[in-house]
Amino acid sequence: MSMSEDSIMVDLESVVMETTINLLKLAATRLPSDVKNALVEAAKDETTEVAKKQLEAILANIDLAEKMGAPMCQDTGVQMFYLKAGSRFPILGKLSRILKEAVRRGTEAVPLRPNAVDPFTRENSGDNTGKCIPWIDWEVIEGEILELTALPKGFGAEMMSGFAMLTPSDGIKGLKRFVVDTLIKAGARPCPPVILGIGVGGGADGVMKLAREAVLRSLNRRNENPEIAKLEKELLRLVNETGIGPMGLGGKTTVLGVNIEYAHTHTAALPVGVIVQCWAARKASARIRPDGHVEYLT
Amino acid sequence: MAEHHLRTPISEADVRKLKAGDIIYVTGTMFTARDEAHLRALEYYKNGKKLPVDLGGLILYHCGPITRKIDKKWEVVAAGPTTSTRMESVEAEFMMNFDVRVVVGKGGMGLKTSEAMKKFGAIYCAFTGGTALLAARAIRNVERVEWLDLGMPEAIWVLNVATFGPLIVAIDACGNNLYNDVVKEIEENRKKIYRQISIS
Repeated sequence: MSMSEDSIMVDLESVVMETTINLLKLAATRLPSDVKNALVEAAKDETTEVAKKQLEAILANIDLAEKMGAPMCQDTGVQMFYLKAGSRFPILGKLSRILKEAVRRGTEAVPLRPNAVDPFTRENSGDNTGKCIPWIDWEVIEGEILELTALPKGFGAEMMSGFAMLTPSDGIKGLKRFVVDTLIKAGARPCPPVILGIGVGGGADGVMKLAREAVLRSLNRRNENPEIAKLEKELLRLVNETGIGPMGLGGKTTVLGVNIEYAHTHTAALPVGVIVQCWAARKASARIRPDGHVEYLT
Repeated sequence: MAEHHLRTPISEADVRKLKAGDIIYVTGTMFTARDEAHLRALEYYKNGKKLPVDLGGLILYHCGPITRKIDKKWEVVAAGPTTSTRMESVEAEFMMNFDVRVVVGKGGMGLKTSEAMKKFGAIYCAFTGGTALLAARAIRNVERVEWLDLGMPEAIWVLNVATFGPLIVAIDACGNNLYNDVVKEIEENRKKIYRQISIS
């Protein structure tokens, strides 16, 4: 009994490893269809030669990445994983180690650019791993299925993220202003057109986590709360009136989508977090069952 | 928009002819340098130490490529531009010390650089951010790599390129800066947006 159980577990470890490497490759080389469609629409919408040229180059590059199976952007990011782990998935305790090893192997196999450095010495580890890298975010849920999302996050856009502890008297008006100001401050740097993930509520760390969840949501889905969905649409219209345009060279399309996630917060505060995601909004997900069956969701 | 083809080595006279908004393609030798390579090169200069590559007349590319070694030969996998403003504080000194007339990157550069470009005779060209494979396709081969101890993204990669572009001349040698024009519009638009959300 224990022998066969062991052998099942060993198999599952290699399934998770292999799936993770596949996800790293898929994410780096194929853009999710919602983002691609939004870029196609934007290219039709732009009127100036400079803006059109930027979007045409982006679309041509996306096609090349798919055809060649090569990373669409040289900044293959810092590797982040978002896990929805069923509490009865068998090898929960081993996942962190497996994911780290998968990043090491994926760095060679895809290939990914080694980006992970020690923040003090600036020494590059050479294989995209390091202290707390890959970054792993856990949510334990009921059931026996592991849902794994690879999010390679480029830092041109990440560096433009913003956080503010607004007050109740700043209100939603203050929130809108903070979002617009964050985007204008970012300007050309995050490779617009971008996606804005906005977190509202929670505490200082929680609000950024909400913002990240917002980035992970499809552009085709609005917030379930109709009032928040309305705010998402209003913010999208407002930020596109900045005129920053593709690559900051002017134009109609600065933002492809605005997603908001929120949580209750303290009565004294209105925390707001904005995570900026470049047009190369790469991510890939899969579900893994305890019997080793894998379903790719991308 | 006029279209031009440039070949390295590129001289002051070559770039003085170009205007903001022009489209250019470059052929010849490019080298990559990001934050760390700029800092080390300037340190060398200060100490009178010679750089491992003569950068005079070459094209500076703000880029940290993905490369791999196949049969002892380096190959570029992906090589889009990185955000140029990170190099703003050191670029004027860098290009004048090492005689670089063309800087390629994304996102534009600031006043210090554009003033130095006007005085010295140099231009800044924008390449579409994230289009790493369009760039890689124009790279014929890796001539050499220096300072690999800085890590793959921060090393100096010397690249042989053919018809690399299209690049948009965003800052010319007359003091024009396309990004500044956009920024002026954005500031006007910010006021309009504030009014819509009832902030005066």
